[in-house]
Amino acid sequence: MAMVINEEQQMLKESAQGFLAEFAPIGELRKQRDAASEAGYADNLWRQMTDMGWAAILVPEAYGGLEFGYVGMGQIVEQTGRTLTASPLFSTAILGVTAINQAGSEDQKTELLAAIAGGELTMALAVDEKIHHAPTQISMTASAQGAGYVLNGSKRFVADGSSAEKLIVVARTGGEVGDMQGISLFIVDRAAAGVEVERTEMVDTRNYANINFNHVEVAETALLGEEGKGFPALSATLDAGNAFLAAEMLGIAQQTFDVTLQYLKERKQFGVLIGSFQALQHRAAHWWSEIELCKSVVLKALQALDAGDAKSPVSVSIAKAKLCEVAELATNEAIQMHGGIGMTDEYDVGFYIKRARPAAMQFGDYSYHGDRFALLSGY
Amino acid sequence: MTDLQTFRQETRDWLEENCPPTMRFPVTDSGDACWGGRNWTFKSEEQKQWMERMGAKGWTAPDWPAEFGGGGLNKAETKILKEEMAGINARSPLDSFGIWMIGPALLKFGSEELKQQHLPPIIRGEIRWCQGYSEPGAGSDLAGLQAKGEDRGDHFIANGQKVWTSYADKCDWMFCLLRTDFEAKKQMGISLVLFDMATPGVTPKPIKLISGNSPFCETFLDDVRVEKNQVVGDLNKGWTIAKYLLTHEREMIGGFGLTDAGSETLGQIASKTVGVEQGRMNNPLLRADVLKWEIDGAAFALTAERVTDEVKSGHGVGATSAMLKYYGTELNKRRFELMMKIDGSDAMVWDGANANGGWTPRTWLRTKGNSIEGGTSEVQLNIIAKNILGLG
Repeated sequence: MAMVINEEQQMLKESAQGFLAEFAPIGELRKQRDAASEAGYADNLWRQMTDMGWAAILVPEAYGGLEFGYVGMGQIVEQTGRTLTASPLFSTAILGVTAINQAGSEDQKTELLAAIAGGELTMALAVDEKIHHAPTQISMTASAQGAGYVLNGSKRFVADGSSAEKLIVVARTGGEVGDMQGISLFIVDRAAAGVEVERTEMVDTRNYANINFNHVEVAETALLGEEGKGFPALSATLDAGNAFLAAEMLGIAQQTFDVTLQYLKERKQFGVLIGSFQALQHRAAHWWSEIELCKSVVLKALQALDAGDAKSPVSVSIAKAKLCEVAELATNEAIQMHGGIGMTDEYDVGFYIKRARPAAMQFGDYSYHGDRFALLSGY
Repeated sequence: MTDLQTFRQETRDWLEENCPPTMRFPVTDSGDACWGGRNWTFKSEEQKQWMERMGAKGWTAPDWPAEFGGGGLNKAETKILKEEMAGINARSPLDSFGIWMIGPALLKFGSEELKQQHLPPIIRGEIRWCQGYSEPGAGSDLAGLQAKGEDRGDHFIANGQKVWTSYADKCDWMFCLLRTDFEAKKQMGISLVLFDMATPGVTPKPIKLISGNSPFCETFLDDVRVEKNQVVGDLNKGWTIAKYLLTHEREMIGGFGLTDAGSETLGQIASKTVGVEQGRMNNPLLRADVLKWEIDGAAFALTAERVTDEVKSGHGVGATSAMLKYYGTELNKRRFELMMKIDGSDAMVWDGANANGGWTPRTWLRTKGNSIEGGTSEVQLNIIAKNILGLG
């Protein structure tokens, strides 16, 4: 497949750019932060997004969606990286939709996908239990009880965990900690009895939560996919998540670059523009080159997901690992090249470094995906 | 069948009949490639057949116009030919600076007379070309070159010294930058001229590199007669053509960062050497370096592909060759630093029957030149900063 986006995808990219610049510039994130907003995002902004159909992009047409694909959605997410726009798009319209699409029954798809596409439902994915991503290290249990299950355990670093109406919870119905086999997915109401949500104050001001499940009873219909065989669907969902986290970091890397380049052309010291110094020119040129590589790996990962390519896990881990590395470079260089002003809260550049790190950490950082890439490559 | 399907079938049949069996393996080292030219000694009868048959069909330069002996193929047909050759592992019939560099420049800037004279022998592999660009005093600052061509009516008399002329001692003709206007600003007084290496006064002298090989020469020009009709493009406007050629060269050298399809990956090579247990390579620090390289290598290969696709679809920026050259050569240097570590003490063996006759250390040393030749990495970063980023 040619490594270019088509005209429709280009149009979506431009319309997302226009919309976000008008309704969700970085100042909106600052407002959410200063107001200590519980959700970390503005409800009316999410309503506007769903009105435009953004929540329906990955939903198949058969379930009321647009079926516009991962590359299409990637164009939007890249732009949200440029504006640092917080919204349920990632947890709901990407993770929720992918998990349900992968594992859901006909009834679950009909009900839940339509609700998401219509902007009537938000979701969150609760996977990790330790401080580092490890999707097979699941201790949380789901024991059969009567016609349903009882869930016990705790999750952390759940994006949108304090605002989502429903949670997709990864629990063990069999096997040992570390096994792929025996992992099951459940859909649980956040408001259900025994679900204890603690919203955590995060460096990027977004809403994440630690969640305890104390004897939470769910019906048999809460099971998403087959009992004990949830890992492949989880893995596909995490791949989708990581491809979009990479797309978001691509937006961050590009925006910090653009802003910094502009600064190099405005700021004067020693009577000249600092952009005339070769020490800075070469670092900027290297940074730009790295971004060119990042564009390619992100596009490839999204294309592989759209094509259902068997090698998409490799493409996704390449993209995530590379973007973790370059987003770190970009946000560090942005501050250093701005000098003192880059250290101030008043200036926006600090917001990017504070979002880049959680985006990298979520679902595995450089070391996780580098290791995964090597394992998938046979070493 | 569509025309293209017919073309594919005919191409497959022709290759089946004409590509000798021993030419259906990748070239193992640079000594195994075919460079052609008057002084060329073919490694085998089949190497000769393969070059001559492809040359006669114009398929050594498949997309050049048929009127000059090229294949006359359009983009789609050229792609099919490449695919069909790859399908049977057919090696390149002819490696040639004529095809890669001066040929494209002649097609774009040359007179009808020069095209007619030079393109057909290039395509047939009869004339081998070298490039006379750098001088002892003009490396990164190429436009500061001092070799001069003095006007003597119907010809020039050239004097000066060129350096880093690839294989000058084995080549038949040189494309050469000379200063032909001594008053003008430095970029404005340069011409690109062509002359036969057999002309009296041309003396190439091989330079031995740290790798032990001598792929380059210094070439002395003492009162060399250059005909006026051998100026490519306009007199004193050679710098434009030189820059065009450098872009070509950058893309070519940048391609060094790519691993050939089908050959072993660095991860596979390292795994074989240090072993793998429970899915992971035994040496964790080497593994970390190798996987980082492979991720960057994959990202670079995808970028080369994306840039090509963008140009095809009309969205290309066309200014990315400096980036590809910079990144690809730095990547290749990293690759061979890792190869040295992977091969351990075998990599310290310079010569002999074991350890592949010193291939690893010699190739490793040769890669150090990748980020110097065709414009240093620092020059590429300057080009990106100035031309793409607009930093003054």
